[in-house]
Amino acid sequence: MVKLIAKSPCAGLLPKTIGTVTLTEIDAGRMTLVAPFAGQKKSVSDALKSSIGVGFPAPNRTSGTTPRAVWCGRGQALIIGADCPDLEGAACVDHSDAWAIVQIDGADATALLARLTPIDLRASTFKRGHTARTLIGHMTGGITRLGVQSFEVMVMRSMAATLMHDLTQAAQNIAARADVGD
Amino acid sequence: MRIAGRGFNRSARAVTFTFDGQSYTGRAGDTLAAALLANDVRHVARSFKYHRPRGVLTAGSEEPNALVTVGVGPKQDPNIRATTLEIYDGLAARSQNAWPSLKHDAMAINDLLSPFLSAGFYYKTFMWPKSFWEKLYEPVIRHAAGLGALSGETNQDTYEKAFAHCDVLIIGAGPAGIMAALTAARAGADVILADEGTAFGGRLLCETYDVNGRAGEEWAAQQLARLSDMENVRIMTRTTVTGAYDQGTFAALETVGSRNPHAPKECFWRIVAKRSILCAGALERPIAFPNNDRPGIMLASAVRSYLNRFGVAPGEAVTIFANNDDAHRTALDLIDAGVTVACVIDSRTDAVALGDYRLVAGGQVIATKGRHGLTSITVRDANGTHDIQTDCLAMSGGWNPTVHLTCHMNARPTWSDDILSFVPTDGSIPNMLVAGAARGVFSTLGCLADGIAVAQDTIRELGLTAPQIDTPTAEDSAYRIEPLWQVDGKGRKWLDFQNDVHVKDIALAVQENFRSVEHMKRYTTQGMATDQGKNSNVVALAVLADATGRGIPETGTTTFRPPYVPVAIAAMGAGSQGHGFAPERHTTSHKATLDRGAPMMEAGLWYRPSYFPKPHETTWLEACNREVAMVRNHVGICDVSTLGKIDIAGPDAAAFLDFVYCNTFSTLKENRVRYGLMLREDGHVMDDGTTARLGANHYVMTTTTAAAGQVMKHLDWVSQALRPDLDVRVASVTEQWAQFAVAGPKARDLLNSVLDRPIDDENWPFMSCGSVDIAGVQGRLFRISFSGEHAYEIAVPSRYGASLFRLLTAQAEAMDGGPYGMEALNVLRIEKGFITHGEIHGRVTASDIGFGRMVSQKKDCIGNAMSQRPGLLDPEREQLVGLKPVEITGKLTAGAHLFVDGADAVSENDQGYVTSVCYSPTLGHDLAQAFLKDGPNRHGDHILLVDHLRDVQTLCEVCHPVFFDPTGGLARG
Amino acid sequence: MRLPCPLCGDRDRREFYYQGHAVMLERPLRDAGANAWDDYLHNRDNPAGETRDLWHHEAGCGAWIVVTRNTVTHEVLGAILAENAKKTGAQA
Repeated sequence: MVKLIAKSPCAGLLPKTIGTVTLTEIDAGRMTLVAPFAGQKKSVSDALKSSIGVGFPAPNRTSGTTPRAVWCGRGQALIIGADCPDLEGAACVDHSDAWAIVQIDGADATALLARLTPIDLRASTFKRGHTARTLIGHMTGGITRLGVQSFEVMVMRSMAATLMHDLTQAAQNIAARADVGD
Repeated sequence: MRIAGRGFNRSARAVTFTFDGQSYTGRAGDTLAAALLANDVRHVARSFKYHRPRGVLTAGSEEPNALVTVGVGPKQDPNIRATTLEIYDGLAARSQNAWPSLKHDAMAINDLLSPFLSAGFYYKTFMWPKSFWEKLYEPVIRHAAGLGALSGETNQDTYEKAFAHCDVLIIGAGPAGIMAALTAARAGADVILADEGTAFGGRLLCETYDVNGRAGEEWAAQQLARLSDMENVRIMTRTTVTGAYDQGTFAALETVGSRNPHAPKECFWRIVAKRSILCAGALERPIAFPNNDRPGIMLASAVRSYLNRFGVAPGEAVTIFANNDDAHRTALDLIDAGVTVACVIDSRTDAVALGDYRLVAGGQVIATKGRHGLTSITVRDANGTHDIQTDCLAMSGGWNPTVHLTCHMNARPTWSDDILSFVPTDGSIPNMLVAGAARGVFSTLGCLADGIAVAQDTIRELGLTAPQIDTPTAEDSAYRIEPLWQVDGKGRKWLDFQNDVHVKDIALAVQENFRSVEHMKRYTTQGMATDQGKNSNVVALAVLADATGRGIPETGTTTFRPPYVPVAIAAMGAGSQGHGFAPERHTTSHKATLDRGAPMMEAGLWYRPSYFPKPHETTWLEACNREVAMVRNHVGICDVSTLGKIDIAGPDAAAFLDFVYCNTFSTLKENRVRYGLMLREDGHVMDDGTTARLGANHYVMTTTTAAAGQVMKHLDWVSQALRPDLDVRVASVTEQWAQFAVAGPKARDLLNSVLDRPIDDENWPFMSCGSVDIAGVQGRLFRISFSGEHAYEIAVPSRYGASLFRLLTAQAEAMDGGPYGMEALNVLRIEKGFITHGEIHGRVTASDIGFGRMVSQKKDCIGNAMSQRPGLLDPEREQLVGLKPVEITGKLTAGAHLFVDGADAVSENDQGYVTSVCYSPTLGHDLAQAFLKDGPNRHGDHILLVDHLRDVQTLCEVCHPVFFDPTGGLARG
Repeated sequence: MRLPCPLCGDRDRREFYYQGHAVMLERPLRDAGANAWDDYLHNRDNPAGETRDLWHHEAGCGAWIVVTRNTVTHEVLGAILAENAKKTGAQA
């Protein structure tokens, strides 16, 4: 009997620590892209709340922790960490394998992302639970703040190696700055 | 000469460096210019055009003369300003634009020939014969003139780029900038304070002023410490704001790691600020007197900078030439340091000495001597002329506010008669205010107070409460100046030291009617290159105004353009080399493919295998031929995950597809697949692919690999902007599924060896699709073929892709099959007459590729209206045909053009062109797809293929584009 | 340059793809005739001053938006979703 072996997008690439920054792959489990049809956002949100306890998030926001819903573009959210219920009023697309997701922790986490994304990452404007669809290097993807020094970055699965390259390069440059003497 | 006990870095450790191979010692914190002057090295450069010996003119980033090259080979970095380069142990700098040596420069002959080399000389002289310009004149001139050179090797330095955001960006950390930062920070705003220097304080670092009873530099350091402790303040040292752009975006260049080989060399910042305050200070300007460019002649403020900040006296007997009070302080500081002040020459007849030094009031310097360094000057006053021995002349023609950034969005500065210079015009940059010397407020107290006041205005604009801040005590002397732009006398009076422009050049421009300031600039090169008018502009404008009989305000200024200081392209494009050039998309079979030694080719951003070589194969063609035969006779596996896959769902999904495809999908049955052709609105083909109906309101579309992004954008466009009335949701699922083609007569047998439930022809006919299980994993199966063979595409969630690829290839190899690459895929599809973007290249219509009848006239769709234009339906258009050589060995080449045999192979006779070719191992000769005028009606005709580039001529037979299995029986069987 | 995405807020220009004038929203009927289609596809004004154009927040939320801006001063005056502009005829 043959068996198919599952492989994560960043297998063999993570975890790693460079300077103050640690990069870890997040296994998000089940992910479903939910896009409510016209006029169905409220009913979809209610259905989600009653079945998995998280509502459909507002733009640039997440809701819940485990499971959670992460806004991911116009009229779309990813339901992460639970099977998505049958939703009459929405397109539900399996995205469990579509993303490479990396958690970035450490004192220089913000500085690292500031080298790759044009968005405003200041804690006063981009708070815990805020999320943004934006550029990470040359890649489109999502950034979510998990904590004071902690972010989640997601890009297309096929770009995992490039994400590692870009994060590593930026982290090494930051770490090297610490060695600049006077 | 170093003055013991003087200078900000008086107790710093010694640093050893070399200049032109000679070893010197300086102090940590010195700039290269300071360290060279401390070692009495005055001649440091040769000028751009005339190769005149030049020394250090300034003490800042505006330096036009003292440019050096650092590093060798790939790390060679030319045109570094010695006045900003911090020395470090091991620094090896060298002079530029001189051969064989700085002292004995052969090209200095240009200086003797200068009467023949004036402005406009090149334009007038090197006119004939025309062809000589590119071949002879320009290379010779370029060799003779210029600055430093790049090595020609790939730069191996690391650069960074980064983004920053703030409420208030303060540009410049002198007295005004520091007070503005304190004020804004105390109001709670997020502040970025950027300064190009290594330390903060601006002129306070270079003068002997006290602030609040403390030495200026100590006060500045104290405020900096205070600001550093505030969480809402970001301090950026060694960071020059180089440009002001739209919507509060600024560019800034940070010097990071010249002293650490592992750190990035520079970081190019993009700073987004709600408000900005320009506190960039002012730059002192020269006076145009004869031979004012000798090493040893420098700006008075620079002399004070070297003396007070670095403890360096640039000469032993210093003279000063000025038209303002400010410059007199140079004499006071020098005397205090024990340096001889030979004389102060002030052009104002009512000038008075501020201390115990010899003053010539109403005097002017009319000549200088000393080829490689100043030895004496000639002074003229009411009593006649006399010579003064001096090795350093400090000159000051007054101060120009640093208005550059305010002009980056096309504003022009305003002339001020009070300070005889330009000041920023209000509102030049949206949401930017200007404070301190940058707007002509020159006293220290004035700058401190202005910084507070302007920051308070800024804070109020942000809706915050402006705090009350006490203004520190400081000097508040008046700025006394009288006009003095140029001095009469024999010899060239230099204006633009970097571009070797002197007063006469401007007169010549005017004489030839280049009277507009922008015309004068282009005629003379005045203010070009890195100078951007920083040193030379105002004096040159005054000279132009004089020569044209206009006032300076009427004369106007040239355009100050970003960047304010030179920025390496490597910094702007930091990281975008090698693996950082573009995202590299890897399929799930990437590693297994590399393990098999397959060379990769790029398809869009994806990496796909060209072919899978076997040990005995020596050429790609051998491997390709084997793989083609393998698919035709057994079974082949190919990763097709790179094709775009788009999930389309919703009550109006069918109507949406009918609108974006030219053919109809609402009639497609569930669990069936149909080929679709997508047009652009202008009637040409955009893309093609198959779309499967998975449910009543659920489809999955495939696109070509290269056009996946474009199609997704297009579907977003149609669903949001053109047809928001259609209730449909579109989502990319390209990444979710790993998809593999299983093609060949044994395809079904292979699948049945891995599927949990076997398939048969009855339930899985050609163009069917549905759900299948492989080892308990739910996947999707599509019975489609891009090779003409009995074939399928099987998809599983990507996490299983690597595993499924190994499984499928192993099973295939057990059946005399195996994986195949892009080369074989291409041959298979050409044999079968399938098209790619080689054919649908953007200029072809549905009718050109033989699909004219697919454009349903029963409904509207994107491109429908325009596709029916007569010009797009003209039978004389070039249309898709197949070509095969009349002689079986005949060679066909892509890109070749087609001609009637016997006609001249020139564009007037062009009948069409070849888009794709291959050698067909199945048929034993070359095949081509081509576009030929009236092609479908010329099957059987002969046509001559001509490839001028590869020198190929082959007589071909025009035929149907489907060469292999024209009835399609194999794919259906 | 920064553009105000109605969903994401102010964002750097590099996240957006530029399409052209918002006249593209007013697609003619299929049988509107050659002149109407020619105008729609090929003919554009080149105003010195205010203009409305289409941008796709490609590296962001995926929304197509209509931006009103001034070609002389570079001032950006506002943006709305193309979807709303189409449905309601609203101007940014």
